[in-house]
Amino acid sequence: MIPPRFEYHAPKSVGEAVALLGQLGSEAKLLAGGHSLLPMMKLRFAEPAHLIDINRIPELRGIREAGGTVVIGAMTTENELINSPVVQAKLPLLAEAAKLIADPQVRNRGTIGGDIAHGDPGNDHPALSIAIEASFVLEGPSGRRTVAADGFFLGTYMTLLEENEVMCEIHAPAFAQGTGYAYEKLKRKTGDWATAGCAVVIRKSGNTVSHVRIALTNVAPTALRAEAAEAALLGQSVNAATLQTAADAATAICDPAEDLRGDIEYKTAMAGEMVKRALAKAWARCV
Amino acid sequence: MAKKLITVNVNGKAQEKAVEPRTLLIHFLREELNLTGAHIGCETSHCGACTVDIDGQSVKSCTHLAVQCDGSEVLTVEGLANKGVLHAVQEGFYKEHGLQCGFCTPGMLMRAYRFLQENPNPSEDEIRHGMAGNLCRCTGYQNIVKAVQYAAKKLQEPVTA
Repeated sequence: MIPPRFEYHAPKSVGEAVALLGQLGSEAKLLAGGHSLLPMMKLRFAEPAHLIDINRIPELRGIREAGGTVVIGAMTTENELINSPVVQAKLPLLAEAAKLIADPQVRNRGTIGGDIAHGDPGNDHPALSIAIEASFVLEGPSGRRTVAADGFFLGTYMTLLEENEVMCEIHAPAFAQGTGYAYEKLKRKTGDWATAGCAVVIRKSGNTVSHVRIALTNVAPTALRAEAAEAALLGQSVNAATLQTAADAATAICDPAEDLRGDIEYKTAMAGEMVKRALAKAWARCV
Repeated sequence: MAKKLITVNVNGKAQEKAVEPRTLLIHFLREELNLTGAHIGCETSHCGACTVDIDGQSVKSCTHLAVQCDGSEVLTVEGLANKGVLHAVQEGFYKEHGLQCGFCTPGMLMRAYRFLQENPNPSEDEIRHGMAGNLCRCTGYQNIVKAVQYAAKKLQEPVTA
């Protein structure tokens, strides 16, 4: 399979990329890691007349800490997340979860920004971003703006990212000491998308929950934040009864599509199971 | 659509070619350079038969454009052996019977080659995870794991004069 014909552009700066997007309009697509876009082009699900390759823009790469915020360049690859001492120390959820994404070769190419901006509900970074309370820095013709992960995902392949914008950075507060975290992903095999997945970030005060974020992967047209499940846990201890209450509240908002990974009932049940497992694991890590 | 002139170092040799932007690296290697070692399997970045090394990283060449490799160093299975002497990973697959039909083997070899540089002394579990992007439909993977273990051991042996 060979993609349809297109013109290739390789800008050296974000400014150049934004200018190209403005000039070429909806005929253009940004090429990040390419492991979603190129297969879609082979299958003619996408037929952009222009590809703007943003792999040669150094300012889109790299991981740093600024104050209490971890700043991740949008073109940072999954393997760079896994191997980053900053991510391992400050956002260990991302380093751990990235190992569950695709396979070693794909993780050399696949980027965190591409995974988020693509808007595929099967991708893992949308739910992870919501759980770590990330925000995204987007650059367009009139400059930069910052939007929260929670609310960014509008529908399948639809996000707040405008056609003339480039995702530049992912910002997230470094985990406070003692933060518990987990990403539970049920998948059939290496490289598969989740049948259901759940990201949890949790903190305790005494023996009760003082902060919790619960986000779900691939059980609706977008990643979901399970707010009712969070509310049910606040001020409570995590035990069999509260785990069940949280799982029930989370499954109530699931709206999965039936496919080869399972039917609606199965996927919804598995979402509940992932919520319970992720909460239990995150709580056990919480000090 | 204008062709782009690219310069790629493939197996130690500079190659300057004009390519259509849509040319995938796997087609560039096989059709422009007649390097047919890397195989076209699933074409969707799942099977790993097309795995090559680009600038020191394993990449699935069915999901990478040739134009993206301008200025890069690419190593394919044809570049593994040194003056007719098999590389340790090749010797491992041969000694441990790490293949049956051989279709996945070029990708397995290239991934094993890079994996053993990322992790020179891996456990069996680490080998299975490190090789997880390469599918084999014949062997059941047992002998592939043994082949990688063989190569790891061989690569750690002190070089004798």
